[in-house]
Amino acid sequence: MLKTLRQIASIGIVTEPPPQADESLLLRERLHEHIRSVLGRALCIRHIDAGSCNGCELEIHALNNPIYNLEGLGIRFVASPRHADLLLVTGPVSRHMVTALRGTYDATPEPKLVVALGDCGCTGGVFGEGYASCGRVSNVIPVDVAVPGCPPTPTRILAGILAAIACPSGDNSASRHR
Amino acid sequence: MPLRAWYAASDALCGAPGFRAVTVSREGWQQVAQDMAAAGGRLLALWASGDQSRDSTIRAVFLAEQGGLLVSLPLADPAAPYPGLQSQFPAAARMQRAAADLSGLRSSDPDTRPWLRHAAWPSHYRPLVDPTPTSPPPASESLAEAYDFVRVEGDGVHEIPVGPVHAGIIEPGHFRLSVVGEKVLRLEERLGYVHKGIERRFTQLPILDGQRLAARVSGDSAVAFSWAYCQALEGIAGVTPPPRATWLRALCLELERAVNHLGDLGALGNDAGFAFGLAQFSRLKEHLLRATDHAFGSRYLLDLVVPGGTSADVTHSGVMRLDTCIRELMPEVLRLRTIYDEHEGLRDRFAAAGTVAPELAVRLGLTGLAGRASGQAFDLRIDLPCEPYHELTPAKCGRSDGDVAARVAVRFEELAESCRLMRQILATLPDGTHRESVRAPADGRIGVGLIEGWRGPVLLALEAGPDGAIGRCHPHDPSWQNWPVLEHAIIGNIVPDFPLINKSFNLSYSGHDL
Repeated sequence: MLKTLRQIASIGIVTEPPPQADESLLLRERLHEHIRSVLGRALCIRHIDAGSCNGCELEIHALNNPIYNLEGLGIRFVASPRHADLLLVTGPVSRHMVTALRGTYDATPEPKLVVALGDCGCTGGVFGEGYASCGRVSNVIPVDVAVPGCPPTPTRILAGILAAIACPSGDNSASRHR
Repeated sequence: MPLRAWYAASDALCGAPGFRAVTVSREGWQQVAQDMAAAGGRLLALWASGDQSRDSTIRAVFLAEQGGLLVSLPLADPAAPYPGLQSQFPAAARMQRAAADLSGLRSSDPDTRPWLRHAAWPSHYRPLVDPTPTSPPPASESLAEAYDFVRVEGDGVHEIPVGPVHAGIIEPGHFRLSVVGEKVLRLEERLGYVHKGIERRFTQLPILDGQRLAARVSGDSAVAFSWAYCQALEGIAGVTPPPRATWLRALCLELERAVNHLGDLGALGNDAGFAFGLAQFSRLKEHLLRATDHAFGSRYLLDLVVPGGTSADVTHSGVMRLDTCIRELMPEVLRLRTIYDEHEGLRDRFAAAGTVAPELAVRLGLTGLAGRASGQAFDLRIDLPCEPYHELTPAKCGRSDGDVAARVAVRFEELAESCRLMRQILATLPDGTHRESVRAPADGRIGVGLIEGWRGPVLLALEAGPDGAIGRCHPHDPSWQNWPVLEHAIIGNIVPDFPLINKSFNLSYSGHDL
């Protein structure tokens, strides 16, 4: 116990300041001002791997390390889509995950945000579209912000998430990016 | 027939050192498997080859004392089932089911349920054989629900279905737990959710560019897969990468091992209720990733290994930064290991959880890191070394308890050993170029790459196609061998220990589902 406490005390706080919201990552401007007032600063994120190579997952995990300290920003990962404000979706969407992805999307209460992560989430990446892959996330569910990179660094993911909350885009799911 | 007779009848194979190839008849196919099993050989992979223009062939790679052996069985009549190898090598069962899903070749083994095929394509469509349809094949929507799980019946037995979307930052897969109270009677896995058609995709790429896709078979093993790809390609193209390139590749492979072990050690502490471990280890992991980024311009080295060498060289400042980071990391890991070892709560959760006894590990073919925690002292870097591991002399790590504690201990030891190896590489990195030019090999040539990734042996078989294309590429992650063993490891444990036990194996979904 003493060793544990000594380790905690000797390392101290290693968290870095968050990056600025990157407006350039916005797919477009919509979603309502009131979402911010509904959300406040506590944003709950549900991650869905819809077919990723697991590279993006490594960087999402890194976001939770004490250096990026996502929870310190008032953002946390939740276990159920029913508790989520934002879905963080990775991968080209495999055809075997279409049902699960749509189900998770439908289970997330409105208003909701969707961030597609990584080159595959943005374009289908190296996997493209094929007999088993639907390609980009927006081919299956509406996407608000797409963050490129293979995998995108924690800083870019953070900037993408902040962009989604800072500039919410539209609340009418029917007219969202398809 | 003694095993050496098969090797005597074989030809040399390009790529990984010490590999041979032999073509057999149906009887020979079964016999070689029996001889391999009798001699304590291992089944590394099994897949089907052949398309519209090439005859159907079923292939398997075995590993015995004499080295690797690629066994090919041409099938004159693809409709007649080939002899299944499940009774000699239980891990063959799912590989054979996958070959049936993708290439339409069936084995004689009894389990004919689809494995990688859910609803995305109908059973008559063979993704690796039939031409690409103009529109996606019609989905058979009900198949995912209709999968025939083995039912456990009796008083008080109920099922807990978990997934495919899991409560955490994890890849998708389905687990069907049959339990009485909190005790697990049976686990059945249903994988294939992240099947994205990687093997088909390979055939659409130039052979000199396929390492990009190989690196993304399982992102956490990018260096191992891209190295295996390049090893196979360089073998068939007759190119020897320069010494500096192989040393840089080894450095990157050990970085990948260290980074993943750091992540797992933190996550395992966290899953046992010790969040301190996650905070500490993820901090160390981030430091190492940043040093890697500084040295190579990439945190996970996805595109570092390329045909003929490496895409980047390391500068003097990169060497210094990495060396400093690793030097500082080593005592910190030792300090954390003492904390883990002395922590009552962790000891209580780790010991005797998810045990795979050495005898079971042998019978089921448990491999890699998990195998070494269950008395399977096998490590390609030592037992079948490629350049530059002859000169690096890594020490073999192992345990025989086969529980979560053993898998944690092996990670600690391998992490320390990787740190030692990396410092050795950084201190003695040969000078010279880091890349040789490679030209596309001739159509029809075949080679095998085999690299000890952090999870275990990563195999990749590559067949050259016409005009610089890929004819067939089969990447094989050791998760294929270890996923079925997890079903055994969980038996008799309690449901709340499942996440911990699962994490202690930390198997790849993407690398398995392809």
